[in-house]
Amino acid sequence: MLEWLSSLGITEVVLQLMLISAIMGLSIYFTLYTGMFSLANAAFMAIGAYVGALLSTQLDQPLGVCLIAGALIAGLIAIPIGWPVLRLRDIYLAIATIGFGEIVRIFLINFDNVIAEILRNQTGERVRYELLGGARGIRTIPTYTETWHLILFVLILTFLITRLHRSRFGRAMAAIRQDEKAAANLGINVVYVKNVVFVIGAVIAGAGGVFFAHLIRNITPSMFGFDRAVDILAYAVLGGVTSWIGPIVGGLTLTGIPEILRFSQDYRGVFIGLVLLLIIVYFPGGLINPTAWRAFWQRVRRTHA
Amino acid sequence: MLELRNVTRQFGGLLALSGVNLTVPDGLIVGLIGPNGAGKTTLINNISGLDHPTSGTIHFQGHAIHRAPPHQVTRLGIARTYQNIRLFGELSALQNLLIGQHLRGQASLLEAILFTPRYRREEQALDQRAHALLERFGLAQVAHVPAGTLPYGDQRRLEMARALAIQPRLVLLDEPTAGMNPSETRELGEQILRFKADGLAVLVIEHDMSLIHQVCDQVYVLNFGQIIAHGTPQTIKADPVVIEAYLGQEETE
Ligand SMILES: Nc1ncnc2c1ncn2[C@@H]1O[C@H](COP(=O)(O)OP(=O)(O)O)[C@@H](O)[C@H]1O
Ligand SMILES: [Mg+2]
Repeated sequence: MLEWLSSLGITEVVLQLMLISAIMGLSIYFTLYTGMFSLANAAFMAIGAYVGALLSTQLDQPLGVCLIAGALIAGLIAIPIGWPVLRLRDIYLAIATIGFGEIVRIFLINFDNVIAEILRNQTGERVRYELLGGARGIRTIPTYTETWHLILFVLILTFLITRLHRSRFGRAMAAIRQDEKAAANLGINVVYVKNVVFVIGAVIAGAGGVFFAHLIRNITPSMFGFDRAVDILAYAVLGGVTSWIGPIVGGLTLTGIPEILRFSQDYRGVFIGLVLLLIIVYFPGGLINPTAWRAFWQRVRRTHA
Repeated sequence: MLELRNVTRQFGGLLALSGVNLTVPDGLIVGLIGPNGAGKTTLINNISGLDHPTSGTIHFQGHAIHRAPPHQVTRLGIARTYQNIRLFGELSALQNLLIGQHLRGQASLLEAILFTPRYRREEQALDQRAHALLERFGLAQVAHVPAGTLPYGDQRRLEMARALAIQPRLVLLDEPTAGMNPSETRELGEQILRFKADGLAVLVIEHDMSLIHQVCDQVYVLNFGQIIAHGTPQTIKADPVVIEAYLGQEETE
């Protein structure tokens, strides 16, 4: 299996990156499934990555501790962000969450400088302060992440999601996506459900960030910017969010195919943009979506008749 | 049990509701009639918490609800249907009724994930009740059909079943027979009378005067946001003010 994959150009590292994309796809699945167009997942991934990397590089903590702390802190930060931001809808929510992502990125870049400045004001001496590493980020992070961790994590997530969908809470999520007002008039606390879903998405994205940091060894703030947010959205758009299989397939393929086709970094963006465009035009519900396929075949048949 | 006092709702310069006083007593069916644009839907939106009065108060069983969000109004036992059907169209009829029972479930997310016996018992009970409702409204055959693809009459009935699923004490119906033929309308009237037999109070917006006569104990007439008459269906029908504002107009339509 691994040999076959590597003959395609999918090395173990690429496979791991694909699985991390699947995790990120699942993180945005939660919000999209609830009808919330949030693009905050890259920022929560950054928070998880930085928290995890700090714990492993500064305090020699093992992966388990990094994971729990990274996911938890991402989730905790999501709580005060969600309260004001989730009042917004659609494109306004998207813009607000992009703004949040920029704030996180700028915070990561400037944190060291600001602290150094504060210390200088207090002590009156010039001091060097280095914790987050500014634009160069954190380096020589231990490579803890292994393929089986990721596979196990994705399996656990999908198991939890299938259970969730059969619960009251999961049904409330679907109801809110389809008609928020009708859901509220059936006794569903829409604000509460949205906030919980936002936090769940953040926790998963945080865990994805921890795995990511301990795979690529060197993280910088620019890895988690707007590009990343759009990539994550693309996983969900490609696969669709009618089921959790969609974002997994989307994450795997959109990360794997550029490697197979040996695209340079510059062409990756073009590739993803093109795929997004085609999907939105021809498969608005994503690829993993029986109704979209039916419509697609009907269209093909009609044009050939 | 439901009491509106001096309820006014202003949209910019437009007074959609103006000093409305209205009472729905326990276990009675109250009709609300009035020409298009009179403010009937606005009134129901204000009761159900989707909208809030600019001034005035709404009380339900002693609770002030004019500032309450919709899910809290529902929690007190008020259910509703919509003039433009608002089902969860991608979900099956059965799932619509399961969502309607949201408040009846107790099991937490954790219990659902752990698949505890309590969670399974509860899901079974919700499922049984949903099927009983499908049966009652003649929808058993379409339990697994996406609600959005059902025929119009089925959608109306499903929405009513969903309102009952929350086990309300008061049901607000916004033009429940719109688009139905006379025999369907009559049948729906029977269903509404059955609500009353089950001890529910009903506030029903309706254009069809035969349905009003069939089910209503009292009728309010709304015109340009104001209550212009109140009484039994018989007295309303004979009221010259009402005939001028509403019934007469219907004939010219
Ligand atoms: N959200 C709103 N914003 C502005 N005007 C509204 C709004 N909702 C209703 N209206 C206006 O209030 C009036 C009453 O509407 P409505 O309650 O729907 O009447 P009815 O249900 O009796 O036909 C109409 O003139 C309508 O245009
Ligand atoms: Mg109306």
